[in-house]
Amino acid sequence: MNAIVRIPSQLRELTDGQGEVSLSGATVGEVLKELDATYHGIGERIFDGSGGLRRFVNVFLADEDVRFMEGLDTPVEDGQVISIIPAVAGGS
Amino acid sequence: MNAIKSLSCRECGRVYPAEALHVCDFCFGPLEVAYDYEQIASSTTRETIAAGPRSVWRYGPLLPGGPAGGLDEETGLTPLVKADRLGAELGLKSLWLKNDTVNPTGSFKDRVVSVALSVARELGFSAVACASTGNLANAVAAHSARAGFRSYVFIPHDLEMAKVATTAIYGGNLISVEGNYDDVNRLCAELTSEHPDWAFVNVNLRPYYAEGSKSLAFEVAEQLGWEVPDHVVVPVASGSQLTKIAKGFEELYRVGLLADEPAVRISGAQALGCSPVADAFKSGADAIRPVKPQTIAKSLAIGNPADGWYALETVRKSGGVLEAVSDGEIVEGMKLLARTEGIFAETAGGVTIAVLEKLAASGVVKPGERVVAFVTGNGLKTVEAVAGHVQPTVTIPPSMDAFAAAMPAAASR
Repeated sequence: MNAIVRIPSQLRELTDGQGEVSLSGATVGEVLKELDATYHGIGERIFDGSGGLRRFVNVFLADEDVRFMEGLDTPVEDGQVISIIPAVAGGS
Repeated sequence: MNAIKSLSCRECGRVYPAEALHVCDFCFGPLEVAYDYEQIASSTTRETIAAGPRSVWRYGPLLPGGPAGGLDEETGLTPLVKADRLGAELGLKSLWLKNDTVNPTGSFKDRVVSVALSVARELGFSAVACASTGNLANAVAAHSARAGFRSYVFIPHDLEMAKVATTAIYGGNLISVEGNYDDVNRLCAELTSEHPDWAFVNVNLRPYYAEGSKSLAFEVAEQLGWEVPDHVVVPVASGSQLTKIAKGFEELYRVGLLADEPAVRISGAQALGCSPVADAFKSGADAIRPVKPQTIAKSLAIGNPADGWYALETVRKSGGVLEAVSDGEIVEGMKLLARTEGIFAETAGGVTIAVLEKLAASGVVKPGERVVAFVTGNGLKTVEAVAGHVQPTVTIPPSMDAFAAAMPAAASR
């Protein structure tokens, strides 16, 4: 499956300034690992020591928080958009 | 910017310049404003504060955007009401209410926006934006109109009618988004990456904006004669206000304005229909599980609270609790507050009072404690919530006989 990954400004120094990149993988976790393999250094930014997402990183698939689905195991359909977004935002 | 040294990451400590940045590039942790407390302590006394403006800007040295930059002189220094009638009903001997319903746009959000827009001006922005559940929308739209900023306010489409009208009237851009607050917030977080020219008050200006809530603690301490209460009850949405109230008390001690190190128990109030932080408190969890909100307390309907973790940690460390109440209890809380103290609060105030009632009944809030409950928004904004629950006592034709027939006790004297 090919997915489009939206990169927040904080990580764009690692993606040559690109705000969107296209990658393959069957699940959200696979796509993000592919992201790290392609743009080295992103993995340590978004994953914690045990391979889960860092506390302050939110990941959305097709605008839905993956924690409401199967987390990093959520299957990805062809052409879907994955967004990496800093968790710290907002306040009513 | 007065005594502000820099921004620093709350998680990993990396230091950043005091610009429009809100998360650490490395670990995505939240950035916090770092002050030169020695400088503040050397120049700030109870007397200098007392001689300052009758607004949040009297605490300018401890706020970003101050002391010279304060955009408005009307926000803050709201009444701390000794609530003896409500206290008597709840069995509490020393109860105060911090009445933020009387701020310029009717909620505590005037505090954070006054600070955020002062910083936006210092940093040279001409456009401001926010994601809001309504109160922030009101404040951003109004303060932007006054200060001459272009504004872009994003709200969930199902907000209370009054909150939509009281934002749109100021003439800025109001974008109604087909989703809940968390959807709006995600959209704004993404927009921030594409619009570095916009000051998103609760995204890229968040480190400064959030500091405005410290003024609630500053005022309470000053209004209590430079003492702190034993226990406070604070509504929890993103969790930012609660953590900043705790920080406010600590800073007063740090700069020498309080004689003793404050030991304030801090309890949080949520609606059962959106209680991710209270749920984590009760289960003992260390992570906040996001929820899909379903409550009449729309100003607290944040299912994925940015500061939820810090609010949880603050409550636990202070010896407080987090509690949640149903929509029915929220309406009863609004009625109780209005009936006993003459204050009409929005649904979030109903949450706070209903939780206070619950905690007083269970003995968590002790009868002799000096308690302050934060009532942070005006009831006129959420009239729908009580519309079906309150009505005229009777409806009569305009005649003396009709009145006597309908209300014999009052008519006979």
